[in-house]
Amino acid sequence: MQQTRTVELGTGLFVFLGVVALFFLTTQTTGFSGFMGGDAYRVTARFDNIGGLTTRAPVTMAGVTIGRVEAIEFDPERLNARVTMRIDGRYDQIPDDSEASILTAGLLGGQYIGLGAGGSFDNLRDGDEIYLTQSAIVLENLISRFLFQQSQEDQDD
Amino acid sequence: MSVLRELGESFVSFLRILGDMALFLLRLVMYTPRGLLRFRLVVHQVHNTGALSLVIIMISGLFVGMVLALQGFDLLARFNSEDALGTAAALALIKELGPVVTALLFAGRAGTALASEIGLMKATEQLSAMEMMAVDPMRRVVLPRFLGGVIAMPLLVAIFTAIGIFGAWLVGVVMMGVDAGSFWSQMQANVSGDEIFEGVFKSVVFGIAASLIAVYEGYRAWPTAEGVGRATTRTVVLTAVSVLILDYMITAALL
Repeated sequence: MQQTRTVELGTGLFVFLGVVALFFLTTQTTGFSGFMGGDAYRVTARFDNIGGLTTRAPVTMAGVTIGRVEAIEFDPERLNARVTMRIDGRYDQIPDDSEASILTAGLLGGQYIGLGAGGSFDNLRDGDEIYLTQSAIVLENLISRFLFQQSQEDQDD
Repeated sequence: MSVLRELGESFVSFLRILGDMALFLLRLVMYTPRGLLRFRLVVHQVHNTGALSLVIIMISGLFVGMVLALQGFDLLARFNSEDALGTAAALALIKELGPVVTALLFAGRAGTALASEIGLMKATEQLSAMEMMAVDPMRRVVLPRFLGGVIAMPLLVAIFTAIGIFGAWLVGVVMMGVDAGSFWSQMQANVSGDEIFEGVFKSVVFGIAASLIAVYEGYRAWPTAEGVGRATTRTVVLTAVSVLILDYMITAALL
């Protein structure tokens, strides 16, 4: 009897530790657990260039994550990228003339969408499109523009 | 010519073992619903394979996490991005090191015990005695051990990973002075449920593979002292190789 009790106790401890560890991993190491399940609404935006944006990238406003990128697809008719964002239903008072831009978090960080508030009295609703967008800054383009400017200045002198 | 023939023969025997193992797994899966009813036997095996591996898993996890943080810190400090240490350590542990290292330790600690135990029961004719008493050794001996391993493995991986992240925190934050806030927040911003799922999925697959190989090798061992020894060795080697191959395949599929 004593022996089965220690076996049960040991197994119980083991299973308990395992479940605690799993709980720790799912809640503490991941951001936004359980957030996307609640009521959320979708808005779309078109970008000429999305750079390195990926699905599940955060959508932020004033630096606070309010949603995630749900889908990115290429529009063959208008030849640009259509990004679908899922925004938490709690934040349903975003002006519909807000601006969406693709930003980079730090040097090694991933890219995310930052929303800048507009001044309209109407709010974004499910299915709306954000018209004011700013594409990702592609480093190569920036460098080539800089070099082009430099050589132009040299010619002017 | 004889080289070719030997190669062909070893290939045929490889296929035979593979097929035999697949049929073995199929039988185990078929017996599983009724095997779970005899819960006490399974609990006993979860204790043997899981609870008794706790200490080695926890110590290994701690040190793997610590060395990961040390190496990661050294590398990231060259780019002035020590803040990404939490992300790097957590992703490496959750997706790769947790499942793989745990599976290798599991093969060494629990797999060998299973294989040699079943092999010795066969060598001492305990299995034949059971058959004579109309007790199916597959259901009474092999199945609970297999199920115990399959249940224990994901839990062991979760414990290993959690302790590993704690070890990374210990070295990164406490010893090396990485900012605790960015350590955790960068981790939380970059680790998603998909990655946790990848780790858990791998641990389940590895658990099935490692347990299957262990009980199969034990059950098919030659009933001699040498046979049991060879079965134990083969368990470790086969588990290590198949876990690493499976790991690559799962990673490629889920990426």
